[in-house]
Amino acid sequence: MNPRPGRPLRAARLRLSGFFWRHRWAKAALLLAPPLLAFGLIYLASLIALFVSSFWTVDPFTTEIKHIWTFDNYRTLWESSAYRSIALRTIGIAAAVTFTDALLAFPFGYFMARVASGRSRTFLFIAVLLPLWSSYLIRVYIWRLILNEDGVLNWTLAKLGLPLVHLAYTNWAVWIVFSYVWLPFMILPVFGALERIPHSYIEASRDLGASGWATFRRVVLPLALPGVIAGSIFTFSLTLGDYVTPLLAGGAGSQFIGNVVYSSVGISNNVPFAAAFATVPLAVMAVYLTIARRMGAFEAL
Amino acid sequence: MEQRSTRFALGVWTGLVVLFLWVPLALIMVYAFNKSNVQSWPIPGFTTHWFHVAWHAEEVRTAVGISLKAGTLATAAALVLGSAAAFAIARFRFFGREAVSFVLILPIALPGIITGMSLNSFFVYNHINLSLWTIVIGHATFCVVIVYNNVLARLRRSSPSLLEASADLGADGWQTFRFVIWPVLSTALVAGGLLAFALSFDEVVVTFFTAGAQNTLPLLILGYIRLGQQLPIVNAIAFVMILLTVIPVALAQRLMRDTGVVARGTAK
Repeated sequence: MNPRPGRPLRAARLRLSGFFWRHRWAKAALLLAPPLLAFGLIYLASLIALFVSSFWTVDPFTTEIKHIWTFDNYRTLWESSAYRSIALRTIGIAAAVTFTDALLAFPFGYFMARVASGRSRTFLFIAVLLPLWSSYLIRVYIWRLILNEDGVLNWTLAKLGLPLVHLAYTNWAVWIVFSYVWLPFMILPVFGALERIPHSYIEASRDLGASGWATFRRVVLPLALPGVIAGSIFTFSLTLGDYVTPLLAGGAGSQFIGNVVYSSVGISNNVPFAAAFATVPLAVMAVYLTIARRMGAFEAL
Repeated sequence: MEQRSTRFALGVWTGLVVLFLWVPLALIMVYAFNKSNVQSWPIPGFTTHWFHVAWHAEEVRTAVGISLKAGTLATAAALVLGSAAAFAIARFRFFGREAVSFVLILPIALPGIITGMSLNSFFVYNHINLSLWTIVIGHATFCVVIVYNNVLARLRRSSPSLLEASADLGADGWQTFRFVIWPVLSTALVAGGLLAFALSFDEVVVTFFTAGAQNTLPLLILGYIRLGQQLPIVNAIAFVMILLTVIPVALAQRLMRDTGVVARGTAK
């Protein structure tokens, strides 16, 4: 090698490379330390702080947090029928939205993966990506304009001579809006799963005498299921933790867990109670993720 | 192959879903030109007046500034932390590896309200005042995962023997990084960074809990919509934001095509 001005530097770099080659653990540790420290010190510590503070209470006069260990927050949640129905509504609508999106997304993903080709597939990709990338808040807001009494929907119905509907500020509106905003999150993993099924599997199934329906039910559906579950993690979890859509699209009877948490923090300054209620979706998601993991959905994410 | 009737039914269904996805977006584009400040349908006439109003609104400008700053800082943090974690997970086998990748996925797998709430109680407990920096911390937690996933997927597709070959040919760590890893990785970093920035720019669920008195653009819009104020401004901003989404979509398309070529090239 020719001697060059940069040589001492290069020698140092080579020594360093050699060191990391011999001590691979050092490289791993160096790489892992920053993200793990950041996550451990902030995110995990926060999750723990949340859990801990839910066992504290707030002085009703000074709104100061008192560090007295108590189950009061959880008892209030359990005994109050209002909070119970809010929790059930949240989980129920999250499930309904997940089901609706799976229903809308599956034929779409199937068409995209197995029927469409070239240009039309690219077009469909863009058709999904554009709404996915546009602002969530705006997409919720549009539906207010559509569902209003004097909005586009009723105008169209009137033109068609159909009876008008009163969906604005109801749980129906919440369900429609959630299904709309999270649909792309379901379509993409479902499409991914369907696209990965080798065509030879389907041919083999047909060669062995299975009908189209049997092939779909016994070959395509089981292989696509991880994709659907991966999508459902998004739709379910995103709905469970949301408060904006119920706030903007829902009415007086559309409160979600998120709305109670939102007002507990923002208005009454009761962090411990908000924390206690926030552990409900946490517990629900923990169960859901455990099941999803078992069914192999994480590989399809 | 599917029967004709099945394919036809699938096509119709797909078309209806596309309409369901696109008609609302098209509508807001029309509403942006609404002459009246009452948002009913059909709109009485067209005007570009509201774009002018939105452009000169001080509140909007401040909020856009905060959103841009928060997005840039959170994306920068996510690029560093996310790719470091992805390298460690992709190249090394160690105790607790599964747990690490699980913890990193948590912020997007768990409901946003959990992340928001927990960060909020963490800040309250440690007497940290809510500021731009707490917004950045909040956004970075879920942006890291995005970069991590993108980089990890790319590293898994590139063969580790390339690195050994590079070392055998006398390259040091930096040269290997510069000439072997970087070309493979750069598009994944751009895609991940872009997605992270877009997520941060749009985020409202976590931001509410970490923003304090500051308004990011989504928080400002949320306030406007809730109070039913300044809706013409909201429409104008919506128009611009939907137009802007064309950029990441076009880039994503291009990157996907490019990586498609790379994947085919290396698959031999």
